[in-house]
Amino acid sequence: MLYLQLFWSFAQIGLFSFGGGYAALPIIQKQVVSVHHWLTLQEFMDILAISQMTPGPVAINTATFVGMRVLGLPGAITATLGCVVPSFMVVLIIAYFYNKYKNIWVMQGLLAGLRPATVSLIATSGLGILIAALYHVEIEAFAIKNIASLDIPAAATFIFGMFLLGKRRSDPIYIIIGAGFLGIVFALF
Amino acid sequence: MHKSMSLTQLFTATFRLSAFTFGGGYVIISMMRRNFVEDRKWLQEEEMLDLTALAQSAPGAVAINASILTGYRLLGYPGALVAVFGTILPPLILLSTISFFYIQFKENFYISAFMKGTSAGVAAVILDMVVRMAKKILTEESFFAIAILLLSFISSLFFGADVRLVIFGSGLLGLLRAYYANRKFKGVRS
Repeated sequence: MLYLQLFWSFAQIGLFSFGGGYAALPIIQKQVVSVHHWLTLQEFMDILAISQMTPGPVAINTATFVGMRVLGLPGAITATLGCVVPSFMVVLIIAYFYNKYKNIWVMQGLLAGLRPATVSLIATSGLGILIAALYHVEIEAFAIKNIASLDIPAAATFIFGMFLLGKRRSDPIYIIIGAGFLGIVFALF
Repeated sequence: MHKSMSLTQLFTATFRLSAFTFGGGYVIISMMRRNFVEDRKWLQEEEMLDLTALAQSAPGAVAINASILTGYRLLGYPGALVAVFGTILPPLILLSTISFFYIQFKENFYISAFMKGTSAGVAAVILDMVVRMAKKILTEESFFAIAILLLSFISSLFFGADVRLVIFGSGLLGLLRAYYANRKFKGVRS
């Protein structure tokens, strides 16, 4: 039963990927390429590239793409639901407990630790994206000697974006779309 | 629960945000924070930070988790369901369309130039949020929060610590601190 297989594969991806995004990639690759041979490694790399070019989480994008390939639109919907339903249930349980017990010391203590850690994790991820945008290297591969190879148009876009967000309170959506169009302009000239 | 909003409003808001979430889950959180906290005042800053922390700690994509949590917080179970559909529909529609001509899509000059350009904007959006959230934590002037902030930042940025480890460690430290504070408080009373 291919529908069940699709659903179950992506349910595992949804359930066992923590921290989102690229942490999920090895699990997705194992399910989609190694276990079920729904995609070749090349196709998997293609879908990663496309995932970076389109909105939405990598897991959902892969689910839709694989589902389409295997069983058409019903397959895409099945795989996407597989990706979402298990974590939907886990998250709802968390949401329930949060709303019910958020004033109890256990929850307060837990959140007092998680809140600053979340900000740090987002900061790390944001810096990774910034380094990739300005220097076209992974943050792990970045070193002081790379400093000179700054992508000046990208740096200008970043600084302008920070200014608009900080001082003018611009809508983040316009910042991202504006940066995209600047990217086309810089690529053309 | 919020009286001045409807399921339709929640659906439109999450659909719109999700359609523009280039560059991963934290972008949608930045946009939700801006939209739900600052512009519409549906949530408070503190709550948004809590929901982000929980979304990060649960399995699955952060963007999806965050929309389930905010949907539930705002309009209960129907809210969670509507928010998750609003969030998964844009990528579902886009990717199923693109799957027919994905090679051309991937190799299109304008699309890849656009996407390369967005990453500088995405970095700005995320780091702008980080600055605001960090300010909020730093102004509370709790030594513990600042210590966790620095410790987790250094361990994840410079030592590449696993997300799970950082979450588990900081949650545990928070629990221990609350446990001892609680015990001391009880001890004083009795």
